[in-house]
Amino acid sequence: MTPIGYFMALSAILFAIGVAGVLVRRNVIVMFMSIELMLNAVNLAFVALGRSVGSMDGQVIVFFVMTVAAAEAAVGLAIIIALFRNRETVNVDELNLLHW
Amino acid sequence: MPLWLFIFLGVLAIIAAFGVILQRSPVHCLLALAFALVDIGALFIGLGAVTVGFLQIIIYVGAIMILFLFVIWLLNLQAETDLGGHLALKFFGAIAAAALVAELFVMFLSAPATDSSRAVPTGYGSIESLARVLFSDYLIAFEVTSLLLLAAVVGSVALARRMPSVSRTERVTNEASKNLGSARP
Amino acid sequence: MTTELLIGAIKAIVILVLVLNLTAVLLWFERKGSALIQDRIGANRAAIFGIGRRLGLPNLGLVNTLLADSVKLFTKEDFVPEGADRFLHGLAPFLALFPVLVTFAVVPIGDVLKIGSHAINLQAADLNVSALYVLAVLGVGVYGVALGGWASNSRWSLLGGIRASAQMISYELAMGLAIIAVVITYGTLDLQEICKIQGGVWFGWLPRWGILVQPVSFFLLLTAGMAESKRVPFDLPEGESELVAGYFTEYSGGKQAVFMMTDFAEVVLTSVLVTLFFFGGWQVPWLYREGFHFPGPHGAFLALPNWTVAILQIIAFWAKTVIFCCLQILVRWTLPRFRYDQLMRFGWKGLVPLGLLNLVATAFVVVAVGAKY
Repeated sequence: MTPIGYFMALSAILFAIGVAGVLVRRNVIVMFMSIELMLNAVNLAFVALGRSVGSMDGQVIVFFVMTVAAAEAAVGLAIIIALFRNRETVNVDELNLLHW
Repeated sequence: MPLWLFIFLGVLAIIAAFGVILQRSPVHCLLALAFALVDIGALFIGLGAVTVGFLQIIIYVGAIMILFLFVIWLLNLQAETDLGGHLALKFFGAIAAAALVAELFVMFLSAPATDSSRAVPTGYGSIESLARVLFSDYLIAFEVTSLLLLAAVVGSVALARRMPSVSRTERVTNEASKNLGSARP
Repeated sequence: MTTELLIGAIKAIVILVLVLNLTAVLLWFERKGSALIQDRIGANRAAIFGIGRRLGLPNLGLVNTLLADSVKLFTKEDFVPEGADRFLHGLAPFLALFPVLVTFAVVPIGDVLKIGSHAINLQAADLNVSALYVLAVLGVGVYGVALGGWASNSRWSLLGGIRASAQMISYELAMGLAIIAVVITYGTLDLQEICKIQGGVWFGWLPRWGILVQPVSFFLLLTAGMAESKRVPFDLPEGESELVAGYFTEYSGGKQAVFMMTDFAEVVLTSVLVTLFFFGGWQVPWLYREGFHFPGPHGAFLALPNWTVAILQIIAFWAKTVIFCCLQILVRWTLPRFRYDQLMRFGWKGLVPLGLLNLVATAFVVVAVGAKY
């Protein structure tokens, strides 16, 4: 049987891959997808810890995180669409109007 | 959860996650992410959180990823020629991620080893126990979340609609004056 | 442990074989049935070495549909259009078929079959959240269609793919609402439990089938299921007169066969779901585990061995499924096609409010009556 530490380790690796995605990729949609990956890594950590304690609280928090992630994805994608309509690009390096 | 199953699902999840950040075409990244999400849902189910696992597949893979796909089509994103920013960015990004992993590993693997097959109360992860906790301890959060979803729906529709270049009153006036000019007796 | 695994594997294979065969037979049903409805003859040319030509057997169209068509489809040249994404173009049909077939893992085709010392639950996978599983897997079914349309590098395919996926996610909502109302009525997500609860009688003679308790949900589920499988009257994504063939324009040979198999497998799936939730599933009226208890003042009792009961239940299940498949084929060849905006309006402004009202009414009644069903 798997110790809970292994689940946490997997969650850490997935989170770090998500962080690398956000830092390295310049396409805003792929950055958004990496953020979703990070959220899911944290969900995995929550469920694993909830299981190790034997309480349902971990799963309830995951439920709320999923709902909030859905709302945030909708609004974030709407922002990206509005951005694309104005600036014609999804490359974050070109969104530099506030650059000095 | 048997160890061989965890290692199988874990390796698949890591490969899919690398696929998300390394693919050139956004649609391929999306498919890799959908696969990773299904994999994580399977891990949830293996941990006994059956309801949350299937909800993950319904919400994330069945709805949010389709939304991403629609947006990718709407913006007509093509495969990228070069991946990521300049070389220093990629280098330091990789180092930051590796440092994060190392730190988290040290933290987690030094925690007391709890078996994932430890006895849990009957009905753990079933929809009844989830609903019981949700509607008693977390009721306020539940209600506030429904308001949050309403705000998200209204906000995303308001942000993503097309703003006409001519305002509504101007359009109506123009239409009316056109018809007046050519009015027949 | 190995016997369990073996029994599970045999159950899975049996159910899969039954479903795939029904899919193939439905194709024949559709061709000849539509010919009957439209007052024409249909496919009747192919025969094997002229056998049966005098007996009029080719007129049945069986050789045509079941043999000649399949051989033709699988031996046709399989091309990928220029500029298309080869990987996704090849993956999409199977991504469309897989979720539909996998849903049948939780479908119970009978009660319990006792062989020796094993009491086999006639359901391939015993989940206690099977209704949730069905919804989850149906949600994944959108990917095959969407990616098939996009990966073909053709504007008709892309339009068809976008329309199809938008339609599927809209009607998934109505389907989910219908299923939730049923789940509230029965108090359980387990499909086998829902079938078992529909045993028994009211007033001494009326079987407790779900249609009497949830008629609105029945209408919702049937309509939403037909819209999910993109059949007429909801088949604008593959509108033959508008979009050539919609999202599977650029598919030929085996991959097109897989897409068509998906279509018919979804017809079977909708019929199976309607049967399970609203028509008692494998329940035969007045048949219990030990035999028939006929109603009436005399109340005759006919004792039957367990294997007879199981076989009767399996036959009843598939008979009801076939009836609903025929109903869907009838509807396909009777109604004209919806326009796309009418389709979306019907889904969002018609079915979803109806489903929500039904849900609220169901919740009220369940709380007012008190105990579970």
